[in-house]
Amino acid sequence: MAHLKRSFGIGLWFMFLTLPLMVVRVNTLNHEVEWRWSNMIWVGICAFAIAWFWQFSIERRTARRAHVAADAHPEVEKLSLAQRLADDPVLSRRVLIGAAVVAMIFPWLVSTGQNYYHINVMVSALIFVVLGLGLNITVGLAGLLDLGYIAFFAVGAYTYALLSKNFDLGFWTCLPLGGLMGMLFGVVLGFPILRLRGDYLAIVTLGFASITKIVLENWDTVFGGAAGIAGIPRPEFFGMALDGRQKSVYTYYIVLALVALTIVVTTRLKNSRVGRAWMALREDEIACVAMGVDMARTKLSAYALGAFWAGLVGVIFAAHNNFINPDSFTFMDSAMILAMVVLGGMGSILGVIIAGLALKLLPEYLRAFAEYRMLVFGAVMVLMMIFRPQGLINNMRRKYECDTVEGDHDDGAK
Amino acid sequence: MTAPSKGRKLLEVSGLTMDFGGLRAIDSVGLDIFEGEIVALIGPNGAGKTTFFNCVTGIYEPTAGEVMIHPPGEKSRRINGMKPNRITTLGMARTFQNIRLFPAMTVLENVMIGRHCRTGTSILDAILNSRRAVREERETVEKSYRLLKKVGLADVADEFSRNLSYGAQRRLEIARAMATDPFLLLLDEPAAGMNPQETLELDELIVRIRSEDKLAILLIEHDMKLVMSISDRIYVMEYGKEIAQGTPREIKENPRVIEAYLGEEAHA
Ligand SMILES: Nc1ncnc2c1ncn2[C@@H]1O[C@H](COP(=O)(O)OP(=O)(O)OP(=O)(O)O)[C@@H](O)[C@H]1O
Ligand SMILES: [Mg+2]
Repeated sequence: MAHLKRSFGIGLWFMFLTLPLMVVRVNTLNHEVEWRWSNMIWVGICAFAIAWFWQFSIERRTARRAHVAADAHPEVEKLSLAQRLADDPVLSRRVLIGAAVVAMIFPWLVSTGQNYYHINVMVSALIFVVLGLGLNITVGLAGLLDLGYIAFFAVGAYTYALLSKNFDLGFWTCLPLGGLMGMLFGVVLGFPILRLRGDYLAIVTLGFASITKIVLENWDTVFGGAAGIAGIPRPEFFGMALDGRQKSVYTYYIVLALVALTIVVTTRLKNSRVGRAWMALREDEIACVAMGVDMARTKLSAYALGAFWAGLVGVIFAAHNNFINPDSFTFMDSAMILAMVVLGGMGSILGVIIAGLALKLLPEYLRAFAEYRMLVFGAVMVLMMIFRPQGLINNMRRKYECDTVEGDHDDGAK
Repeated sequence: MTAPSKGRKLLEVSGLTMDFGGLRAIDSVGLDIFEGEIVALIGPNGAGKTTFFNCVTGIYEPTAGEVMIHPPGEKSRRINGMKPNRITTLGMARTFQNIRLFPAMTVLENVMIGRHCRTGTSILDAILNSRRAVREERETVEKSYRLLKKVGLADVADEFSRNLSYGAQRRLEIARAMATDPFLLLLDEPAAGMNPQETLELDELIVRIRSEDKLAILLIEHDMKLVMSISDRIYVMEYGKEIAQGTPREIKENPRVIEAYLGEEAHA
């Protein structure tokens, strides 16, 4: 009952709020004011329904929480789908193989003949997946907020563009160079901000990205200014000429390989001594150094490795687009990558991949809804943060086998 | 003071002073710890005990004074102003009064962090999954698991550390500190928040650690029963100053200590 009353109030409030926008319209042709009262009714009904549903869901959620908390046996706690998947090596291998097969035959599934729009969309999405996985090291694992991650992407892209333009270096030579340049800039940025944390860190990284963009925009003699650099060669394929679609497919496989490499590397790092130190740093800096972890080294390595992937994939981005200019490296892109990490679940590799694909593909395919697509997109993000603030996939625990332990063999792996 | 029967000196603090702005939290405190000893540092709330720990373990840089360590089998060093991780690597490990675990990591992983400074898997090793990485990882897991058994937490090894009870979290902190292979363990109020049964078990654990692992232990504690029963020597602080030191019996009869604790009879 209280819910209904509250929802009713919210409905009224929204009717009032949207009055000037939805109801009143000045018709400049006839010089008269139109009053569209039916809109107001609709707004009221929708706001009422949403508010009611909202309160209902929140109540259900708290009820479930209380239920879980009251449960004396945490083992009965329902494990998430992802956790169950991770606990079952056979199943997870099957799923992995399935995903790999789909990814491999994807270009042949979605495109025929000369239509390769979907492949290009997928290439952009996968580029962002690599970016998400890279930032996942810095933000998700090491807990160092970075609002300027796109700068390292720009570093990689411009490295390739300039090297190929001025020194005629090929894509495959530039690919590792781009990564190394990104890494170098990661360390350069990392040094001055070793002592900062939280908000300050965010502001400095933001500043770093702005500086990068301003330099790119204004130093036209080197970076081509706002016009950017055009005519960047596509990846070469043993000297053979490829037609349009083949080029896209080829780039697709390159990015796909890079995604796979990123996944393998970040997974290994995450489950290693290095990755654990990153997570400990994220959890509690003081305890972490008191346990003998070198903070400076750990932070720098997190920045450098995060930036490395951005630089690497920046080279692919430049090659895929043939053309780059500073507009591809805005704060919005940094925010988007950060959103992937947060929505996916800090530190979760699978989560970041899913979130990355969703965040890049949804707006692309929501084009049908034209002007509403960003609205839907924003609403999804807000809802996500309210109902799953910890991200898509989280609370994954890694289990270690201790085979040599004498006596009682605890089999908690169920 | 330096009775030879006590064995080698491990930690030697003299004239330690720490100022926070105008507040002198520690005023010229000296303290020695010898091999195999359990030493307690007691004093009323706000006496500066935790600050003393922070100065010795490198969290704070002391304003004045000397902190020397004499690790067994290594040369002596002055450690004032050294980074905490260096000091831990040299062989002093601590726990925190306000528990500082890594909440979103599992119990086992918490202990594994303690092994960080004793292992050397590099980023490249980890990426290539080199033989060294595999071997060290296995050793780390084994050693950490053994430590968990010692403190009685092996059956919750895969649980998130934030889900543990208060007493269990304190024991986990001890296991994590021990994973760094210290020669001296500093425990800041290990029994705080524990029920009498848990305190009793902790008492046993500390004594067992001393005898099995040949560690010296410095502990801060308010539980007088625990302090009196396990410590070899006791230092008493009040308002940043050291007011007494001696064996439990001497301390019990010391008039200044009784005076300092008069308002705090509830603790005793
Ligand atoms: N970082 C700091 N900045 C300023 N003052 C501090 C700081 N840390 C401690 N102090 C002050 O130093 C004094 C000693 O504090 P400390 O925490 O060492 O006491 P304690 O003996 O550990 O007390 P308790 O038994 O309550 O843990 C207190 O007056 C405290 O307010
Ligand atoms: Mg204290």
